[in-house]
Amino acid sequence: MKRFAGWTLASPATLVVIAFLVLPVLATFWTTLTTPGGPLEPYLAFFGSGFRRTVLWRTIQVSLATTAIALVVGFLTAYVISRAPRWLKSILIIAAVFPLLTGVVVRSFAWLIILGRNGILNNFLISIGVTAEPFAMLYTQGAVITAMVYLFVPLMILTLAGVLESIPEDLIEASASLGATPAATFRQVILPLSVPGLIVGAVLVFTGSFTSYATPQLLGGESVMMMGTLMYQQAMVTFDWVSASTIAAVMVVITIAIVLVMTRLARRLNPMAV
Amino acid sequence: MTRSVHPALIALAVLVFIFLVGPLVIVVGAALSDTSYLTFPPQGLSLRWFENIFEIAAFRRTIVTSLQIAFISTGIALLIGIPAAYAMNRYRVQLPGWLSTLFVLPVLVPELVLGFSLLKSVAVQFTIPIYISLVIGHTLLVLPYVVRVISASLAGFDFSVEEAAISLGSPPLKTFFTILLPNVRSGVIAAFILAFITSINDVSISIFMTGPGISTLPIQILAHTEQFFDPTVASVSVLLMVLTVAVMAIVERTLGLTFLAK
Repeated sequence: MKRFAGWTLASPATLVVIAFLVLPVLATFWTTLTTPGGPLEPYLAFFGSGFRRTVLWRTIQVSLATTAIALVVGFLTAYVISRAPRWLKSILIIAAVFPLLTGVVVRSFAWLIILGRNGILNNFLISIGVTAEPFAMLYTQGAVITAMVYLFVPLMILTLAGVLESIPEDLIEASASLGATPAATFRQVILPLSVPGLIVGAVLVFTGSFTSYATPQLLGGESVMMMGTLMYQQAMVTFDWVSASTIAAVMVVITIAIVLVMTRLARRLNPMAV
Repeated sequence: MTRSVHPALIALAVLVFIFLVGPLVIVVGAALSDTSYLTFPPQGLSLRWFENIFEIAAFRRTIVTSLQIAFISTGIALLIGIPAAYAMNRYRVQLPGWLSTLFVLPVLVPELVLGFSLLKSVAVQFTIPIYISLVIGHTLLVLPYVVRVISASLAGFDFSVEEAAISLGSPPLKTFFTILLPNVRSGVIAAFILAFITSINDVSISIFMTGPGISTLPIQILAHTEQFFDPTVASVSVLLMVLTVAVMAIVERTLGLTFLAK
């Protein structure tokens, strides 16, 4: 009896995940492998279409740009937080958690108000005489990247704040007492020790951007179609479920490949690992 | 103490926090504006856009649906997630390693893919009603949070206390409710609240699960912004932010907000 206690308790959750996640997702993959044209046909169609290749390439570009900006901004901000006095630290953490717990729709919507044709930014630029005509800022790649950076910087800050917090103060003091300037300590001690955290953060932001839907939908529209919005359009507007399943499969393969490669890299680059 | 930070870095951090908080302040301002279009700073203060939310039937309906779905799916996730987290901590040796991977799968698989797959397999192929499919989708969405938070609070639990109760004749189920559950109470509250807010905010799964008369609040917000550019959505956003503040207060009292940074 006791021998199976663990399984008994874990089985409801296990069954739910297998029945409603593993099997349906596998069924989606299966759809792409069992078309009349043979298992490769949907993928040849996907990569053979100039439009789809453009969407894939654009999604990669937007996700890479978002990741790169979020890494730099998030890391420097997390560093400042880690050096801040305790009272200020908790305020800054709250300021980072609040946007994170506020929904994607709300946070993307905010940029609709800012970047719109009659939005705050255009009104401001007109009032200070930079331009007479409002700029078309919505439905551009820049708008999507801006909103995505906004979306993911808090995640990066929190991930890295945790990592920086765990660097022993002794190491930093030792570096300083051996004559290293704060800049040298930052470059030679803090940065290398943060590499695993930077990789985790980069993976979270890249996969999050790569598979996002609400932000490109609201701020990119038809003109900045990304993998998520294209998949939704194929599934729910044109009802081409083979095509939607193919996009889903491409998305999952790229996501999992990145997670696997990067976590392996993180393990190899961890200077604390012996 | 090597607390000195370059002034340029401090300036950058200040800018980053203005960037983080500013847009949300703008949403609050736009929600309070008396104008019929979105603007900031607000022109004339008014709460009429808050009233307007409840005058639109679709908002009334989706707010109710979103709350129902969040409560039901979080409840189910706790019911199946707490025993799973307990089993993985208590009977670690019995259970295979892939089980913990299985419970993080909902995070690893893109939500859009999960939503679409559920629509295709569960809702269409097995003709399970959309509402139930929505509950299933959200249960999967929040399960990893439940398992992770409960596991974290069980990590500090000394199982020999439980052994002692059982060896003194306490039946297992009673032991669970009188010994274990009180010890992980704050974990359960935090798991509930994090799961709840995650469900309320979800777009990528719910977007595939709309049917006649069924939709969730975030999907209704998306639909509304595509047609109207009035401050109604800003007002709804403010309501959601109020909910976020409540969630943060509860998380801070139970797990501590720094838990989210781990």
